[in-house]
Amino acid sequence: MQQIWVWLRRSFSAATLAAALLLPWLPAHAQGLNFPGPTVEAIKKRGMLVCGIDVGVPGFASQDNTGKWIGLDISYCRAIAAALNTDPEKIRYVPTTAAARFTVLQSGEIDVLIRDSTLTFTRNNQLGLEEIAVNFYAGEGFLVNKKLGVSKIADLTGATICVVTGATLELNIADFARSHGTKIGTLLFDKADEAVQAMEAGRCDGYTDDTGSLAGMRSTLKNPDDWVVLEGVISKEPMGLHARAGDPAWNRILFWVHNALLTAEEFGVTKANADQLKASSNDPFIRRLLGVEGGFGKLMGLDDDWALRAIKVSGNYGEIYDEYWGPKGLNLPRGLNGLWTKGGLQYALPFR
Amino acid sequence: MTTRPGWSLSRPARAWLWQLLAVAGFAALVLWLGHNARINMAQRNITFGFDFLLHPAGFDIPFHLLSWQLTDTYGRALLVCSLNTMLCASMSIVLASALGLLIALMRLSGNPLAAGTARTVMEVVRNTPQLMQIFFIYVAVLQSLPVPRQSIVFGWGFFLNVRGLLIPSPDIDSRMLLLGCMVLALAVAGWVARPPGSIAGVIVGPMLLLAWAIAAAFSATWDLPAMHGFNFTGGLRIPPELLALWLGISIYTSAFISEIIRAAILGISYGQTEASLSLGLTRGLTMYLVILPQALRTLIPPLTSQYLNIIKSTTLGAAIAYPEILQIFGRTVLNQSGRAVEVMALLISVFLSVNLLVSAVMNRWNRRLMAQGR
Repeated sequence: MQQIWVWLRRSFSAATLAAALLLPWLPAHAQGLNFPGPTVEAIKKRGMLVCGIDVGVPGFASQDNTGKWIGLDISYCRAIAAALNTDPEKIRYVPTTAAARFTVLQSGEIDVLIRDSTLTFTRNNQLGLEEIAVNFYAGEGFLVNKKLGVSKIADLTGATICVVTGATLELNIADFARSHGTKIGTLLFDKADEAVQAMEAGRCDGYTDDTGSLAGMRSTLKNPDDWVVLEGVISKEPMGLHARAGDPAWNRILFWVHNALLTAEEFGVTKANADQLKASSNDPFIRRLLGVEGGFGKLMGLDDDWALRAIKVSGNYGEIYDEYWGPKGLNLPRGLNGLWTKGGLQYALPFR
Repeated sequence: MTTRPGWSLSRPARAWLWQLLAVAGFAALVLWLGHNARINMAQRNITFGFDFLLHPAGFDIPFHLLSWQLTDTYGRALLVCSLNTMLCASMSIVLASALGLLIALMRLSGNPLAAGTARTVMEVVRNTPQLMQIFFIYVAVLQSLPVPRQSIVFGWGFFLNVRGLLIPSPDIDSRMLLLGCMVLALAVAGWVARPPGSIAGVIVGPMLLLAWAIAAAFSATWDLPAMHGFNFTGGLRIPPELLALWLGISIYTSAFISEIIRAAILGISYGQTEASLSLGLTRGLTMYLVILPQALRTLIPPLTSQYLNIIKSTTLGAAIAYPEILQIFGRTVLNQSGRAVEVMALLISVFLSVNLLVSAVMNRWNRRLMAQGR
């Protein structure tokens, strides 16, 4: 009996040792260039998309009173899930703080990061992330108490501003202060709601964020009318989709889902009329977008209805914007986020 | 006597062999982890190196002891925020020890009101989460203070508002400072060289320091805080974040320290107190000459652990915007430089070296007490 134990123990140690020695030499997952690529394969196997989002800022990603996530970034997650032919109701949302978001993406916990995150040089080259597309053009603005009697950003000298750390925000303030010879103090918080709470208590004179989030945050204040968003911005904040490097096929799918939503708006394809246009439209761009001709979906390893499904789930870009930022939502003029045909910056590459 | 082939090594040699194997195995594991990290980082196009410490940081640190410019480097940011951490840690160690001693003495006093109060405070503080207490002080107490224009005025240049506690700051002249250093050196030397049991050796040093402080306070020019524009200017401002963290950590830890002190004092047989009293010593002298020297022996090792905990607990400041090392270096710098591995390694080494230093000093003190014998 004892001998059996000894034998068991020895063989167990031998197996552990062998495993420990072999583990580092196992071949890394082959990174083929064939569509649809390893990320999509993993999503299909898992049966759901894992989408990295904000912890909660109205307009981009917030929970409604039933606990359901809604917002511009959420609509993008849903459109992508639909394009991949996975269930948009089954997406796993991973709320990430500003400080943790890129690590979460790098470590592979999420498939894509759509979290009102600014696309910058260092995030591309130093963090090794792919910057796919800009789904919201903004700039850094300031929300201050009306009692301060301040009307422009340059008057904020000597003021203390509550800031969420880990973003481009504090750097922009520093750059602005250096170039304008002003001094604006900052107080760094981990989460937006903590920073806003401190501001409402009077610990800071104001709060800073991108203009989109400011409008959202103002709507959550106890007395929104006591607070005013100052005119002007101190930075460019092109916010959009980030993905890990190393899977070009996945990047292209993300890029073209974004372009499909823009193209749909440009050509008048909406949530409601997409099916009907697919059957009846003679416009070659609409026919290619909706998969009637061209076989574009297959070129990316998807089926031809990918864009149709995405539009039917989320609506076109304009519909998404209006739902959250339009007059019924946070009421932020479209400005730079208008289509290029209407003086904005949103410009889709042609489906040709 | 039979010899077993393969086991011909002597016992110490075998022991050494096993030690060597264990060290080699550990080294291999570390190397393998490092190697793995390097490959994974290369695959994800993440670069490695400490040269980023020389790059300009470009962000503001709202509270700093050393001068801080937006153009200073990440390396200086590490120094500045480490000092913020150390400031709060040392303030907390002093206050927590004092409060702990107070609570312990109240409980041992035999007065039912004092003992009951101390016990209630200790139990409430010890059995609720530390972060919650800090949040309570920061959000519920300090954030409900009035805005600067309606500050609470204490007089003599002391103001309290939601932006912090404003106190007059002294501008002490350099000759007075030099004198202060000499007095301090004298006091420390006197303390170290005092004969065992000498009461004069304990009292003279602090008295000298007190005399110097009074002289300095009268000779200094005082900078009083005053309201200008958005904020107060002049004076010294203790930010509410520091106050909340300092009070939060001190009160929480004092509950544990009080129990350690009480246990150490109760651990000394009551017969010694009786013997000392029957020799005609007063209660205070009994405590100071008989009980405390013996209690210190059992007191110091657990007290060291509490001090190390205080140093580590300062990272809770990141939750209430106190610019300590985790908040500034572990979050802001990490995010802006993208050097997660390097930043974390530096953070660990700062805490490790400070804590090892503190425990080395405490252990030395402990050994000295042990050497005095029983």
